[in-house]
Amino acid sequence: MNEREPVTKPSVSQIGASAPSGATEATSASSKNPALLLENVSCWYGGFRAVREVSLAIPRNKVTALIGPSGCGKSTLLRSINRMNDLVPGFRMEGEIAFEGTSVHARATDVIDLRRRVGMVFQKPNPFPKSIFENVAFGLRLLGETTGIDALVEESLRAAALWDEVKDKLDQPGLSLSGGQQQRLCIARAIAIRPEVILMDEPCSALDPKSTLQIEELMRKLIRDYTIVIVTHNMQQAARASDYTVFLTMGDDRAGYVVEQGETGKIFTAPQQQLTADYVSGRFG
Amino acid sequence: MAGVSTVHRPDSAATTRRGEGLIEFLLRASAAVGIVTTVGIITVLVVEALFFFVEVPPVDFFTGTRWSASILPYAFGVIPLVTSTLLIAFIALVLAVPLGVLAAVWMSEFASQRVRLIIKPILEILAGIPTIVYGFFAITVITPLLKATILPDLGTFSALSAGIVVGILVLPLVASLTEDALRAVPRGLREGSYALGATRWETVRRVLLPAALSGIAAAVILAMSRAVGETMAVVLAAGTNPQLTLNPTESVQTMTAFIVQISLGDTPTESIQFKALFAVGATLFAITFTLNLISAWLVARYRNVYE
Amino acid sequence: MSSQTTTRRKVANALFGLLAFLAIFASLVTLVALLIDVVARGGSSVDLQFFTSAPSRIPAKAGILPALVGTLWVTTLVAIMTFPIGVAAAIYLEEYAGRGRWSRLLRINISNLAGVPSIVYGIFGLALFVRLLGLGRTVFAAALTLSLLILPVVIISSMEAIRAVPPSQREAAYALGATRWQMVRRALLPAAAPGILTGIVLAVGRAVGETAPLILIGAVTFVTFVPVNPFEDKYTVLPIQIFNWAGRPQAAFQEISAAAILVLLVLMFLLNLVAVILRARLSRTIQW
Ligand SMILES: Nc1ncnc2c1ncn2[C@@H]1O[C@H](COP(=O)(O)OP(=O)(O)O)[C@@H](O)[C@H]1O
Ligand SMILES: [Mg+2]
Repeated sequence: MNEREPVTKPSVSQIGASAPSGATEATSASSKNPALLLENVSCWYGGFRAVREVSLAIPRNKVTALIGPSGCGKSTLLRSINRMNDLVPGFRMEGEIAFEGTSVHARATDVIDLRRRVGMVFQKPNPFPKSIFENVAFGLRLLGETTGIDALVEESLRAAALWDEVKDKLDQPGLSLSGGQQQRLCIARAIAIRPEVILMDEPCSALDPKSTLQIEELMRKLIRDYTIVIVTHNMQQAARASDYTVFLTMGDDRAGYVVEQGETGKIFTAPQQQLTADYVSGRFG
Repeated sequence: MAGVSTVHRPDSAATTRRGEGLIEFLLRASAAVGIVTTVGIITVLVVEALFFFVEVPPVDFFTGTRWSASILPYAFGVIPLVTSTLLIAFIALVLAVPLGVLAAVWMSEFASQRVRLIIKPILEILAGIPTIVYGFFAITVITPLLKATILPDLGTFSALSAGIVVGILVLPLVASLTEDALRAVPRGLREGSYALGATRWETVRRVLLPAALSGIAAAVILAMSRAVGETMAVVLAAGTNPQLTLNPTESVQTMTAFIVQISLGDTPTESIQFKALFAVGATLFAITFTLNLISAWLVARYRNVYE
Repeated sequence: MSSQTTTRRKVANALFGLLAFLAIFASLVTLVALLIDVVARGGSSVDLQFFTSAPSRIPAKAGILPALVGTLWVTTLVAIMTFPIGVAAAIYLEEYAGRGRWSRLLRINISNLAGVPSIVYGIFGLALFVRLLGLGRTVFAAALTLSLLILPVVIISSMEAIRAVPPSQREAAYALGATRWQMVRRALLPAAAPGILTGIVLAVGRAVGETAPLILIGAVTFVTFVPVNPFEDKYTVLPIQIFNWAGRPQAAFQEISAAAILVLLVLMFLLNLVAVILRARLSRTIQW
């Protein structure tokens, strides 16, 4: 099977060619060839619309932060990218999400393959009740790899800045690690299968400040090889660790929409919208 | 809207690869074993009972008040068997319901966590003891004890003895289902009552028991179903004397005891007695099945209210 | 509020607490009485000869060897048959079936089956396995019947074990590109294993003590040889042996009946112990 090859679908390649209407000129420079492109994305849970007409370009090898008040649909949006929302009964999406020029929802797109190329790290660390080694090897075993697993596990643990702490106890349960270590284990697990994009949904919200800083440093290193999208409620984190920032909020109907997006520096120092200014300065949210 | 407006409705089958169709088929087939069993049981009972009803008119069976399957003249009126069964179930419930509900209240409202950790396993052990052992207990302890104390004239077999032992046997069931029902009562109701200065007993009586009523009713009905279908304890304790009586000191024969009696002997499979086994079995199934459905409906009701 | 009513309320409360405690105490006493009775009556009959002899017309010479072997045969076969089918059905109901009408029907059906009296399973086993399929009065027919009997219990407890695995575990596997079956095989089942195995051991324990259905499908009450071939030989099991002896008027038979009960209870206790140890060992590494 050659699912990795982009399926040429007129409507999709069209979007890839030009920046989405909603994107501001700030992102347009790098959105000439974005890793992910969201066009008019709306999401429903049953009859409730959680996200309204979001258009975004996610630049390659950068950290893009999604910020906004709780419940404005950040997680929903993120989970639509690797189609984790497929698991939610009653979920429905309208619009297009293109990953490397291919619609993630197209009939020809294999969701299994998509999730192997777009990894995810969750809010609460969720290692499997297996050894540290087997946690990292999990995805490799799914792919049927039998050789070179040891090397890949070590490489992934190193990339996740966890190797030195666990190299002598790889056979111990992943759940025996501290919260921050568990989250880095989950990052190692995600990158072991060499995805192209890593989605992170508030990865530090359950962690102490020191572990949080470690993960932020780690993200800065990882963008050499990966494109990262992170949801965070932590303003400092977005300011410190991201290159681009997307600010969402909710309308009166509680549907989330994009207020402003652009380079992180600009969003935090010279926001165009009053709402953005209020939010990043902590006046609401 | 610019350009596209595809609606994506997730297809959960998308996470299944082609080779996994066989696996899903096997899983589904396993789940269907339950349906096949139910259909099989009903078919067997209905078909075999029909053979019986060819020889004995249903009216005679369901309204007859004399049952004599081994002594001529034969009579196949099921009322004595049903009455005996219900008599024993009634005695069992009289014992098990108050004690079981009290036990449940005590566990959920009074006992400390530590005590509960001791009591629950004890009830589980009681629930796990084979019913044949309870039958043995009835003939070696309960009946002699009754004879020695309040009923010196009691025979070896009696509905009373059987009812008591079945009561002991279903008590854990009543207790644990009632406890579930009490636990499902929202904390707020409890706290509201305590906040008004009510004692525990007042809270239990005025708030918890009424709120848990349909759950407790479900427990009682399920316990009744268990008692009606109980076999070994009843065979050993109540005997095999099919007579129409409400006197608990008499030896009686329940539906289950009749079924056991027939299958223990060398009854030829073509005989009317053997066919009667299926007719009685079908009746037993119909009664317990109805009780189970009512109980499930009551449980669904309290779940709906509080969840 | 007068102090008199307050006192009365307090007394009522205390009385109620006492009453409720007595209710619990009564079941405790029953359990202890039952155990004492069995031990006092049968304890002295449990010796090596009791385990190595066949039943006999002379109580002092009688033993439980054929019954014990029959019980082990039936139990083993029941465990082998219910494990795959029960777990597979539970996986289907929890992870594949969704929440539609069909799955609701399956669920209701399973819980209804759990409430069908065991003797009815005996009738069904008699008609289907013994007569229609011609398996005869064999260990195999008994194992099939008891498997159907405990299957609902196995399915329900396995479903509970599967449901207890946090959704985050499923998400973790799916996010790594697991197919549904890979998620089940590699994430869900290992995490649910302690609960599933515990439930199966307990359900099998229930099969060990079942009597009525086996009377229906013709476990013979007087077997003097050890069953070797589960598809051919006549057999008996411990509960049937107990029933046979308990029903006789002579005190000596009641004593060996009590002795056999003791063995049966120890057997069930061991199974429960296995369940507890299994749960403790397997779940040591799993702490959500
Ligand atoms: N599985 C779900 N079913 C129904 N509604 C949901 C579900 N998940 C989230 N929502 C709703 O969608 C909205 C957006 O949620 P979410 O994406 O989690 O927000 P955020 O991550 O920004 O806090 C909220 O109103 C939330 O209640
Ligand atoms: Mg969120």
